[in-house]
Amino acid sequence: MAVIEIKNVAKRFGDYQALHDINMTIEDQEFMCLLGASGCGKSTLLRIIAGLETATSGEVWIGGRRIDNLSPKDRGISMVFQNYAVFPHLTVFENIGFGLRMQKLPNDEVKRRVERTAELMHIEQLLKRYSGELSGGQRQRVAVARALAMEPDVILMDEPLSNLDALLRMEMRAELKGVLAESKTTAIYVTHDQVEAMSMADRISVMHEGRIAQNATPVEVYRNPAEKFVAGFIGNPPMNFLDAKSAGSGNWTVAGQSFAGPAIDKAAIEFAIRPEDMAPAETGIAATARVVEPLGAHLLVTCDVGGTLFRAVLDSDLVVHPGDILTLAPQADRIRWFDPETTQALS
Amino acid sequence: MNPRILPYVLILPVTLFLCLFFLYPFVLVSQQAFSTGSGFTLDNFKDVMSHWKFPISLKNTLYLAAAVVPFQLALALLMATMVSKMKKGRDLVLYVWTIPLGISDLAAGIIWLAIFEQSGFLNSMMSGLGFIDRPMNLLSYQTPALVFLAIALAEIWRATAIMLVILVAGIGLIPKEYYEAAEVFGASPWKRFTRITLPLLRPSLSTALVLRVILAFEVFAVVQALGGTLFPVLMGETYKYQFELLDGGSAAAIALIILLISIAFTLLILRALRVPKGATI
Repeated sequence: MAVIEIKNVAKRFGDYQALHDINMTIEDQEFMCLLGASGCGKSTLLRIIAGLETATSGEVWIGGRRIDNLSPKDRGISMVFQNYAVFPHLTVFENIGFGLRMQKLPNDEVKRRVERTAELMHIEQLLKRYSGELSGGQRQRVAVARALAMEPDVILMDEPLSNLDALLRMEMRAELKGVLAESKTTAIYVTHDQVEAMSMADRISVMHEGRIAQNATPVEVYRNPAEKFVAGFIGNPPMNFLDAKSAGSGNWTVAGQSFAGPAIDKAAIEFAIRPEDMAPAETGIAATARVVEPLGAHLLVTCDVGGTLFRAVLDSDLVVHPGDILTLAPQADRIRWFDPETTQALS
Repeated sequence: MNPRILPYVLILPVTLFLCLFFLYPFVLVSQQAFSTGSGFTLDNFKDVMSHWKFPISLKNTLYLAAAVVPFQLALALLMATMVSKMKKGRDLVLYVWTIPLGISDLAAGIIWLAIFEQSGFLNSMMSGLGFIDRPMNLLSYQTPALVFLAIALAEIWRATAIMLVILVAGIGLIPKEYYEAAEVFGASPWKRFTRITLPLLRPSLSTALVLRVILAFEVFAVVQALGGTLFPVLMGETYKYQFELLDGGSAAAIALIILLISIAFTLLILRALRVPKGATI
């Protein structure tokens, strides 16, 4: 059982507050993604869990044991690094067995575990090679095999796929997910790639400026962003936002149209809708098409609604020209509202 | 220009330079070593090697190298590791440690002579503190161990920095991620040094060792200043043959013997520290 509990963890580098009071629980065998733009503190948090960085305050517990004062090797973790860190002077075999050798396991046990994990990662034919003789994808597999061979409670991954080309990344994504599910380890996976996070994670923690903006399942994060930052960060293209003026009793005027929204006492809030949650209709938001991008499956239309950028993903059979005025009806149950002052979601 | 020829054209000037100032003199010295005025002969080698001082100076040179170089290697590694771990003041410490590099070897010998001689600092300090009644002659034929120690100390002081700078540069090239990975996978600081630093430092180690070992076989001025005739070394014999006995042929022969020893050790070091085939360091 390896539940990870992060309690009030903060990190300061000189005057710069990298992490503010992070609290998070990751369940046993859960696959948790830390998602955020570069500089949001996600790697720092991972390195604090790994023991490569010391938190300024707060505690980290793994499996009911406080570990933030232990050295990395005593934490029951292993790690996959962004640049793989596959040792160039050792063979693939010795790389995978590095941690096992450090634990002074007997030779036959090292051999057994190295061969098993190598087979799992489909690199058993590369065991005698050196890192310099491997491709980026193979090196990546060695790095994962090295982490798995330790049979850790927790496996930490710092942008492990970011150095692979797009096709390989897609392939490794699926494979990694399968291998990790089978190994029954708890995984924390740092990435800036929302597709990776959405497709692999059981739960996503979206991080922003050293805080956790939202911690929920991928679908929840996508459908019900907790704050405006999440809505604008997740989704490609991201959510659209329009100003909404109060029309009384929970009704709001958006681009001349009236929509039912939260019944709160405010003069102005923000209306939000995902680009794919709209369709052309008789009545709706009037949007002037500016750029039309046929993407095969869909038609991405970048429009202008009263001076605000507004994107719509429409059926690719539609014929739209720049300058056309579209009338787009949002799907009522997909409309979201945000408070412009706190940037939090309203319901 | 043809890209296949270009590299050769670019190294042409330095090749010419080396041929003119190194290869040509080397050929001349070889000629001198293998002739006594008429035709090819090994007489010069037979002469110098049968001289009673030859085995002593060869032994002294090898002993000195064996005592000094391993110690310097360990010291330079320790210093380089310390410097690499420093965050502030790293450059200052490095500059101070490399000061001896800027001092000629004869000057270094004289500095240490000023410490060890009868009216030197060491004697004045010891008599000042009351350890001895009157100054002692520390560097005499009666105290060969002290002479050896003084020379070894001066050599260590003078020439550790050349290894240090090479090793500091080498350590700086090792990516930090390897150390982090090793730490996560359970390597103690000592294991990180032996399993990561040392193997990845092999190219720098072999450069530093080759350079240092060659210099050790050419040791001359420091020995001359501190030991004089008490501690004959090969290079000192070369000097004596050339300038005191005016026997250029014998001097050239010893010079070639030194060269041969240097080449042998260089090959040995390169072989011992070679990177396994396929590994990229």
